[in-house]
Amino acid sequence: MRFFEALVISIRSLFANKMRSVLTMLGIIIGVGAVIAIMAGGRGMETAVTSTLKDLGTDVLYVQPVNPDAPGAAGMSPGYAIATLTLDDSEAIARIPGVLGVAPTNENFAEVTFGGETLNSMIEGSTAEFQTMSNYELASGQFITERNVASRDSVVVLGSTTAENLFGDEDPVGQRVKIKDKRFTVVGVLATKGGSMFGFSMDEIVVVPITTYQARLFTQRTPGGEDAVQSIGVLVAGPEQMDDVRADIETTLRRRHHLTGDDKNDFSIVSMEQMIGVFSQITGVVSIFLAAIASIGLLVASIGIMNIMLVSVTERTREIGIRKAVGAKRRDILLQFLIEAAALSLVGGAAGIVFGWLLSLVISFAATSAGFPLEATLSPLHVIIAVGVSLVIGLVSGIYPAMRAARLNPIDALHYG
Amino acid sequence: MELIELENVTKVYRMGEVEVYALNGVSLSIKQGEMLSIVGTSGSGKSTMLNLLGCLDRPTSGRYMLDGIDVSRLNDNRLAELRSKKFGFVFQDFNLLSRATALSNVELPLVYSGGGSKRQKAMEALERVGLGKRARHKPTELSGGEQQRVAIARALVNSPSLILADEPTGNLDSASTEEIIAIFQQLHREGITVAIVTHEADIAAKTQRVIRLRDGKVASDGKADSL
Repeated sequence: MRFFEALVISIRSLFANKMRSVLTMLGIIIGVGAVIAIMAGGRGMETAVTSTLKDLGTDVLYVQPVNPDAPGAAGMSPGYAIATLTLDDSEAIARIPGVLGVAPTNENFAEVTFGGETLNSMIEGSTAEFQTMSNYELASGQFITERNVASRDSVVVLGSTTAENLFGDEDPVGQRVKIKDKRFTVVGVLATKGGSMFGFSMDEIVVVPITTYQARLFTQRTPGGEDAVQSIGVLVAGPEQMDDVRADIETTLRRRHHLTGDDKNDFSIVSMEQMIGVFSQITGVVSIFLAAIASIGLLVASIGIMNIMLVSVTERTREIGIRKAVGAKRRDILLQFLIEAAALSLVGGAAGIVFGWLLSLVISFAATSAGFPLEATLSPLHVIIAVGVSLVIGLVSGIYPAMRAARLNPIDALHYG
Repeated sequence: MELIELENVTKVYRMGEVEVYALNGVSLSIKQGEMLSIVGTSGSGKSTMLNLLGCLDRPTSGRYMLDGIDVSRLNDNRLAELRSKKFGFVFQDFNLLSRATALSNVELPLVYSGGGSKRQKAMEALERVGLGKRARHKPTELSGGEQQRVAIARALVNSPSLILADEPTGNLDSASTEEIIAIFQQLHREGITVAIVTHEADIAAKTQRVIRLRDGKVASDGKADSL
């Protein structure tokens, strides 16, 4: 018997029991749908995060303090955090060949007030290079200047959302706002950038000169008693100079921090590429974990298929007997029932992909409405995996009932029922 | 020419500790083109006989030669092939697939034996039993006699060496019975070998040879009028 004929027989019998077929498929539809939605959502999340990170510029290295005594990778975590970097370190890095600019940056949350409006915003203390390094455009006024930094001016540049929330349609430039009850003059407003980092919009920031930040807003000192810097962004001339610059920064900082011989670094140098890699890995692991939980549904669906196939074999014992009497071999019967199980599962899987895709669109829409822009993406690989998994489930849950059918004795089967 | 030769064939069923001899040392031969009936009371072994002849089952001991081949030791797949090429079965309760049309039912053996022009061959077989016009009907839309004619067409479609009928008229009224027997007689005149298992004496009387079984043995074997 040819495969095509077995296929026709199987499809016919599925159609003969429409309600039962659809109910059996429902398990697969929900199982595959859940897995697809999670994978598509996870990929969307990964895309959202990496594109935000790429937006910050890929030719950038970040230098951050590390507690050399902390175990493993915990050196940068709050429990072990230790301030080791200073503005002098930052200036020393700026003199390294191949470095186009440095942006020492401190950040913290604080209340910003204008008139009756108060906002809790992310305050960034940085230098003129912050704008280039983070890819911000100006909407009006000007950015923080080197002179502002040198003379610790109480000036501030507002992110577009912050400006809108505080001032509405009014032009903020020249106005005075209060940060932690201290007066600052607005010198510029940033253009809308879009994107967000873990729920924080990139347009809800407030930038002040780092020196002013250290002197008037938040004071943090290194063990040596100097003003501390939380991180130093380093703009490198080009990707080919990345490695040299990285090595030079390490040498410079080790010398400046008096680290010799086997002393561990009390700082780390991370490139944007590395950060993107880490975030992709995290979102990847999380979505695989969630998909694994969702695939319990597939196991249940597979049991459902096996159950219904066993019922079907029993019900059709006489049909099997007739087929055997007129010359059907074991493998003909086996094939017929295997195809039936596989078809149930494949059609269910295909419907599940569509269902999962729709579900992920709903999730994207809900997330975007809630302020976390997310575009769920269904990759061809996910579709191939889903189809493959459905097929395997169909075959695995169909093999036992099909073997039972194929082994039936034609005489007994003919006199059944 | 001998189509079938049974030599000292035994079939033993095990019922727990007890061994039941359904057939006990049966020897007989059937020639190409014969029309015969196998009769006996229930429990005489006639159903077992039919199952063995039709290669639905294997003998416990003894030899079964079909067209010069020893089929008593063939595996399931080879037996299935033989059933598909050499035999046509007709059952008491028709055993048609209820969801399929008459034509599809007749096509069924061709699905498993392969080869082309299934539709055409099936149609020809239906026409031979006078049901050409009912090809698109499902079994539920046909009378008992018509259903049995579909079953005969299905048995015919692969041009078998032997048609085996198990109480073919058991579920039919007398008019339909006449009809079905007439068809078997017609097939016999066309040269097809026909074996009918029955417990009805007037059916047996319509065949040239009657094999009577009793307690798993051949009690008599001869011309119908000699009984």
